[in-house]
Amino acid sequence: MMHMLDKLSDPELFHDPVDINGVPTGLLVDQLRDLVLLRMAEQHLAAMRKDGLIGGPVHLGVGQEAIAVGVSKWLRNSDRVFGTHRSHSHLLALGSSLHGLFAEVLGKETGHSRGMGGSMHLYDRSNGFYGAVPIVAGTVSLAVGAAMAARLQATDDIAVAYFGDGACEEGIVHESLNLSKITKAPILFVVENNLFASHMHVTQRQPSDSMVRFAHANGISSAVVDGNDVVAVQNSARKLIQEARDGKGPGYLEAVTYRWYGHVDWRDDIDVGVKRSMDDVQKWRARDPIKRLKHALINEGCWDELRHDELCVKLKNEIDHAWERAMSDSYPDESKLLDYVYASLGDD
Amino acid sequence: MSTLKEFSYGTAILSAFEYLLDHYPEVFVIGQGLWSPWYVGNSMTDLDKKYGIERIIDTPVSEAACTGAAVGASLAGMKPIVVHPRMDFMLYAMDAIVNQAAKWSHMVGGQAHPGLTIRAIINRGGEQGAQHSQALHSWFAHIPGLRVVMPATVADARDLLIASVLSPDPVIYIDDRWLYEQTEYLPPVKIRGLSQEGPRVIADGSDVTIVGTSYSTKLALDSKHVLAEKGISAEIVDLRVLNPFDAEIVIQSVNKTGRLFVVDGGWRNCGMAGEVIASVAENVPAERWKNTPVRITLPDAPAPTSRVLEKIYYIGVDQITATVQKAIA
Repeated sequence: MMHMLDKLSDPELFHDPVDINGVPTGLLVDQLRDLVLLRMAEQHLAAMRKDGLIGGPVHLGVGQEAIAVGVSKWLRNSDRVFGTHRSHSHLLALGSSLHGLFAEVLGKETGHSRGMGGSMHLYDRSNGFYGAVPIVAGTVSLAVGAAMAARLQATDDIAVAYFGDGACEEGIVHESLNLSKITKAPILFVVENNLFASHMHVTQRQPSDSMVRFAHANGISSAVVDGNDVVAVQNSARKLIQEARDGKGPGYLEAVTYRWYGHVDWRDDIDVGVKRSMDDVQKWRARDPIKRLKHALINEGCWDELRHDELCVKLKNEIDHAWERAMSDSYPDESKLLDYVYASLGDD
Repeated sequence: MSTLKEFSYGTAILSAFEYLLDHYPEVFVIGQGLWSPWYVGNSMTDLDKKYGIERIIDTPVSEAACTGAAVGASLAGMKPIVVHPRMDFMLYAMDAIVNQAAKWSHMVGGQAHPGLTIRAIINRGGEQGAQHSQALHSWFAHIPGLRVVMPATVADARDLLIASVLSPDPVIYIDDRWLYEQTEYLPPVKIRGLSQEGPRVIADGSDVTIVGTSYSTKLALDSKHVLAEKGISAEIVDLRVLNPFDAEIVIQSVNKTGRLFVVDGGWRNCGMAGEVIASVAENVPAERWKNTPVRITLPDAPAPTSRVLEKIYYIGVDQITATVQKAIA
């Protein structure tokens, strides 16, 4: 019998507050703030897309926030992080500016990619975010190369490659895992297993719902965690990241989660999702990474509903302010259509 | 004159690698066969021994991942050279080349540039057949964001490789095994900016313009000598850089000769020969043309295996001279 996720993919389980497992509560309060920021920012994007204010598609990771927050905790801005079509949270969790993201999604010149990328081509090198693209698994080999470069440059920086269960069906992922192991590349592969690729459930696409089997096949150090538990994510990520920095080669973290919205934009995708029922969505909403951390902190006596409400009001103001600014920013000049194709035109 | 040194096309490429690895610590080389480079003639001999296997990386059989890794390494400040000993195999790497490398600068608003060089080798003939013979430069020249370089001469084999690797943009540098035995005396390396390089007149003439690329430039030059005996003066233009493509030199030549023949070792449909003719036709007044322009290309068929078919498949000097003579008769 092939290894399966079993309990970790069961939406009836893991609804209780998370076990804080020795992590200082002050730190967890900061992470709660980050989780809520990512959640509210993406819910804002969903609403604005629905209202027609955003012209292009947005792939939202609402429900998956604990993975990016838990991993980013151990990263520094000289690391090399690569994302996917669903990377708003990967970017924001690194401390990247909300205004830069919103402006980019709107195609404004003040955006992180100067308005040339939109939601699907995010970039913020100053915070270690090397880039995200929507070709499934398109950045995985790039991240391996950035990690190989870190070795050649004799730094202890690492690369991070975020990808999903769907990407595991692309051949390039398997080439990349093999190459990373054989070159001892300092990289963390983070597989956000949300059980769906577009409308297809993982059991309709693979003989197992467990993505860690590909780490085992390549002899890569790995961990499998509940991706909706920010404590579990950060504790496993910490160990794998440290091993990579110490020259022990690649690591692989499978984090099991679920996206609340459909594949793209604000809809639930119940109608187009094979094996995606509203009943399942509701159960997974009860496995909410924010609610579970919030109640853990309330049980510890260092958080309460009033402070939570105040946090939400404060973040809402930040989001509204960043959005208004982005809305009033300018679009790229028409000359930019050709200016960025090559680094240099006749002067290098 | 004492500084001139004799090189073959193959050893000129080798000397470019040595120059780059000597002077630029951020240069590394990755590809299959690099620790036993018998696939690539004498163009990479002993690089692993001289520069170490950390910088000269022989790889798993993973064209896509190795090319993608080079894109990623370039974004992290390195200057990687990926070697694909046969262009046919690098089709596995098309996502890294076309979706990632070519578009990266544009997608991120010019804030990052994947300055990798992909050395793709055309290695055909010898009854190797359809999947060991392709010349796909026209494909890559179609993609905005890629620079496509094809050296025809020994000097260009060395100097354009150096310029490619030093370019901040992704470059497809394509060399042809049929040129490896050419020899030339070269001066020491002088660094050139790739974006200032383009087509060049390599032999003057007055009756016809013959445009070539890589090996077809050699064929064009050989044809010039035969045509001269028939009293036809051919001007030869070597394209050298196919993308971004600057047709100005060809336009000037055709304004003078009024006749254009484009020889290309690729296929006809949507190929480079058609692009050259279109770019010139748009810019040379109708009254200047003495003949309609002519493409001399491979037939639109995969490379055959049988030597009898190979003989009619590849372009030869006879075909070029006969075509020119017939057109202007």
